[in-house]
Amino acid sequence: MSATLVNTGFTAEAFAAFMAARDEPDWLVDMRSSAFDTFSGLDLPTRSEEEWMRTDIRLLKLDRYALTANSPSDSAAPEALLAAGVELAGRSVSVNSQPVEGGLAEKWAKQGVLFGSLDALVESHANRIRPYFERQLIRTDQDKFSALNAAFWSGGTLLLVPRGVQVDQPLHSLSVMTDGGIDLGKTLVILEEGAEATFMAETASSAVGDGGLHCGSIELIAEKGARLRYVNLQNWGSQVWHFAQQMGHVGEKANLQWTIGALGSRLAKVNQHVALTGQDAEAQVNGVIFSQGKQHLCYNTHQHHMAPFCQSDLLYKGALQDHSRSVWRGMIKVDNVAQRTNAYQRNDNLMLTASARADSIPGLEIEADDVRCTHGSTSGRVDDAQLFYAMTRGYTRQEAVRMIVNGFFQQVFDRITIESVREALGEAIGQRVRDL
Amino acid sequence: MSDILKITDLHVAVEGKAILRGVNLTIRRGETHALMGPNGSGKSTLGNAVMGHPGYEVTGGKMELSGADVLAMDATERSRAGIFMAFQRPMAIPGVKMAEFLRHATTNVRNPDRKEGEELIPMRQFRKELMEKMEQLRMDPEFARRYVNDGFSGGEMKRAEILQMAMLRPSFAILDETDSGLDVDAVKLASQSIAQIGREAGGGKEMGILIITHHDKLLDHNRPDFTHVMLGGKIVETGGVELAHELYTEGYDRIRSAYPDAAAAEQEMAEEVAAS
Repeated sequence: MSATLVNTGFTAEAFAAFMAARDEPDWLVDMRSSAFDTFSGLDLPTRSEEEWMRTDIRLLKLDRYALTANSPSDSAAPEALLAAGVELAGRSVSVNSQPVEGGLAEKWAKQGVLFGSLDALVESHANRIRPYFERQLIRTDQDKFSALNAAFWSGGTLLLVPRGVQVDQPLHSLSVMTDGGIDLGKTLVILEEGAEATFMAETASSAVGDGGLHCGSIELIAEKGARLRYVNLQNWGSQVWHFAQQMGHVGEKANLQWTIGALGSRLAKVNQHVALTGQDAEAQVNGVIFSQGKQHLCYNTHQHHMAPFCQSDLLYKGALQDHSRSVWRGMIKVDNVAQRTNAYQRNDNLMLTASARADSIPGLEIEADDVRCTHGSTSGRVDDAQLFYAMTRGYTRQEAVRMIVNGFFQQVFDRITIESVREALGEAIGQRVRDL
Repeated sequence: MSDILKITDLHVAVEGKAILRGVNLTIRRGETHALMGPNGSGKSTLGNAVMGHPGYEVTGGKMELSGADVLAMDATERSRAGIFMAFQRPMAIPGVKMAEFLRHATTNVRNPDRKEGEELIPMRQFRKELMEKMEQLRMDPEFARRYVNDGFSGGEMKRAEILQMAMLRPSFAILDETDSGLDVDAVKLASQSIAQIGREAGGGKEMGILIITHHDKLLDHNRPDFTHVMLGGKIVETGGVELAHELYTEGYDRIRSAYPDAAAAEQEMAEEVAAS
């Protein structure tokens, strides 16, 4: 299976060539074709739309990008940060939206776990996977980017854990982009009733300063009583455009712990949506954001309570350096049936330079009358008095800044139960903090 | 080395306003000095200036540590050179555990040439020493796991500062109202601990101590060799321990009438504070 380069851009010719190189079931071909029509009929969003008001993408030229036919190799892959020293149940690597390698320990394969390239598995296990595709958790016509991903997704990753199977070692995926490249990955995670798994997904460029386009989607489905820990570390190069639609569905008595680490990209516009669809569902969402240079990172989070007795707890923490800017818009939506909801959202920002800026916009939309919904946000600077105090204890100024920043993130690190993830995030942030 | 801390004709301004107006003070290792004076006379300013607080602008004078120019050093270098201050209101650092904070601090101060990223004192050795010191100060071991000064009571902060002094083993220590906020028993324990740390500090060589206080209880176990009175940004009188007792019981009326110029400066400083 290989994609073919026709022209740059996502034209009808490019789409035809893309489809010709794939051998997918008819229902999927139909879905892609319909999505391509949607894509072709939509303009790029502009700042006149509420959701894009703070995010300017006028410099993005979609027609400069295309899926390449280069046979990829994992030599382009940077070191995986999250998997260091961890014994994995399975791993999967893609480069420029093309699957490169992967594997699943036989122990889990025997129990019916599916893991690896979504492109390959959707062909070999079409009927098993089809119902989840057809649920279409992410609306294709949300915007031009969601349509683009629905039409052209490739180099995707699938994890399906059958009923009652508890995968006690983490699974890991790494999606890599080379400079000027493209990643249109789609991640689909399905935990059937009572299943358990931990999945660490990393996206990264071959080098720190690389550019390119990522337009991705993530769908996480935790069925009744399932427990999913999902970690997503976004470490794209500093010139990458990053667009993503991410959706989690948490069923009755199911539990989702979803951690996002956002470090890379020139501009990120991510919608992270968690829907609690069955009674007593629980979701914990953790965000660790560090921005620098001229980065613009925009995260829209949504906690949607669709059933009674559910809990959701979101904590996003961001530290900003240089001229970078972050935007967090959070929404807790409680449907009228979702009585006894307990929902919380909080966003804290730490400005390391005077020219950094963080917008923090919490929101509540509550239709039920017996609920507990709270939100909070703080924004502050590294305090000169704290720095001086640490310096009188032998810390250099820079060491003191790093310590204070690490302390700032500690509250969210405390919630991340996977040690390798905590360490990787702590170290990556420590390396980025410079002297003020 | 680092046997004398010598301050000569020190002038310090804060936000452009003169606070210290020519302070002279020499402390040798092994000596205990008490610094007393009414509120706003400049005692804490002297401490902060000695530590190199960037908000305290030195507008004149000299500060030397056994001949080395302290004013040319930043706060990091001063602490690594062996100067310490127990703050009246130490800063909280949320998310950073006391033990973690002190392990870095102790390593840095004991190996002044350490670069960031270089090895820390081995964990086991550090923990053993920390637990010993905490026991001496009758602190709950749980304390080491709490975030630095975060949500500490006044008394806990003061004890945490003394603990830091015990770990860092400075050559010179300034204790800024370490007795305030402590009950009678706690002051007694603090007083004993400071004396003990003073004897142990710097590998058997004694510590030079400057105790800033309004009381005389902290001095019970730290009998001052010299008591200084600060008024209007100057040290106007120096005596022995009897001066500390006198000031504690009698107040500063005698001092004010004996030093009218300093009393006038005090008045002027108070008016500036009131106006701002």
